[in-house]
Amino acid sequence: MSEVLVVVEATTEFGVKKVTLEMLTLARELGTPSAVVLGGAGAAEALSGKLGEYGAEKIYAAEGDEIDGYLVAPKATVLAELVRRVQPAAVLLASAQEGKEIAARLAVKLDNGILTDVVGLAADGTATQIAFAGSTIVKSKVTRGLPLVTVRPNSVTPAPAAASPTIEQLTVSVADSDKLAKVVERVAEQKGSRPELTEAGVVVSGGRGVGNADNFKLVEELADLLGGAVGASRAAVDSGFYPHQFQVGQTGKTVSPQLYVALGISGAIQHRAGMQTSKTIVAVNKDGEAPIFELADFGVVGDLFKIVPQAAEEIRKRK
Amino acid sequence: MNIVVLVKQVPDSGADRNLRSDDNTVDRGSANNVINEMDEYAIEEALKIKEAHGGEVTILTMGPDRATESIRKALSMGPDKAVHVLDDALHGSCAVATSRVLAAALGQLNADLVICGAESTDGRVQVMPHMIAERLGVAALTGARKLTVDGATLTVERQTEEGYEVITAATPAVVSVWDTINEPRYPSFKGIMAAKKKPVQTLSLADLGVAPDEVGLDGATSAVVEHSKRPPRSGGAKITDEGEGGVKLVEFLATEKFV
Repeated sequence: MSEVLVVVEATTEFGVKKVTLEMLTLARELGTPSAVVLGGAGAAEALSGKLGEYGAEKIYAAEGDEIDGYLVAPKATVLAELVRRVQPAAVLLASAQEGKEIAARLAVKLDNGILTDVVGLAADGTATQIAFAGSTIVKSKVTRGLPLVTVRPNSVTPAPAAASPTIEQLTVSVADSDKLAKVVERVAEQKGSRPELTEAGVVVSGGRGVGNADNFKLVEELADLLGGAVGASRAAVDSGFYPHQFQVGQTGKTVSPQLYVALGISGAIQHRAGMQTSKTIVAVNKDGEAPIFELADFGVVGDLFKIVPQAAEEIRKRK
Repeated sequence: MNIVVLVKQVPDSGADRNLRSDDNTVDRGSANNVINEMDEYAIEEALKIKEAHGGEVTILTMGPDRATESIRKALSMGPDKAVHVLDDALHGSCAVATSRVLAAALGQLNADLVICGAESTDGRVQVMPHMIAERLGVAALTGARKLTVDGATLTVERQTEEGYEVITAATPAVVSVWDTINEPRYPSFKGIMAAKKKPVQTLSLADLGVAPDEVGLDGATSAVVEHSKRPPRSGGAKITDEGEGGVKLVEFLATEKFV
């Protein structure tokens, strides 16, 4: 079976991200997964255990400041060389900022079609995408070149399949034209033990109804009790209640967790666009006519400042 | 500084949007078509740079006839002129082909700085700035929440999952912006009137030296095979809190095995 390249998403803090395991799981349907690690020195070695656990038969590594010190262009160049050499059956990247950007450059370099925000991929390369704020299901195909797809987090359940990958270090020869956008600083913010928003199985979000930044503690408390991530509506972010990187919606993150809890969120289309493919939706809002209730599997009309603390207390009691 | 802002006309994301049943492209005919929201932030950023450093701001749009409305709207915010890439053969173009056309147009405009929205609300594909930068051989500074111009040096802050990155490049460059970067101005009455007289140059594929078979549905590198409407979610139980709302909520979560 031919190789399927999976470009690894990982963080220094959490290691291999869940979407990578999802991609390895998907790749096994199409061929033999090979993981591609594009990062700082020693990155592949640190990740190889987890990648092997989910079926990576081989790991290609391109590491060092030449790769990691510039914005995506060197990564795309190395990946394009690899694709030309191994002629994979498909190339999978994460449908996040960097994955899409690498894929964009790869598509131009190879004059190859590209499909983004893919939630399913059949053996014949037919991809499933959810378009227009969750309202439309699209089946599409790359018609020139190989299937080059970016996979949306939380699309498939990662399934382990043990393999013992060997690491092949790729020779990195990055041209000056790939070093035009230099990363001069990486600043960590909001470190914490919560799962990453797009990958979390549970997301608890707050909206305008939360009232102020301080009250977001209530949202965080419920998220922590449920082992989830915290999200925020655009109204809450625009009002300065919570940082922008946690915004869920049309102009923020798209999430698709098992459980989405909306607190004080009316459910404007801007917000629904980012969360309506969630498996189960629960809402608390004081306005019984709020559109969020049209989506919610369970809704409570009332004061979130009474309901949420009581729910938190009840969860603690049951633990 | 010669700044070009990429503006895309998209179906209003606040209304029902569809794909056409005949050729599977975005249904623009029955939609309320508006400027892609994120592009307004790109225009605002360009105008701020012009106000601080001098220069000229040009709007570049690829789209059908009706995109003229969005071009005039964009011009009413304050840019100096616009270029409209208009050609029937463009209908159904994929992202790869679109980047070819936009890069060809930018090649004629001699931009020091190209600014665009980080993504459009219709496709949300987010690939255009890097595709264009790849073709032009210039830097791409994408996903900016802050942009600083110091002579020919550009510095952006870019949001990441872990925090943010600071990235620099020299012009010429492509910068894409999120809606956190500024607050777009509203067009003034004077701006709206002035926009009607601003020059809009139309360019065809022949003007750009791009062959018709490289674009459109026939030249596309990907295709929609089929599409259908997702069944709308139907709301489930809704209760009114009478003192036990929190407990009831947890009871529901327990039946679904979340607690």
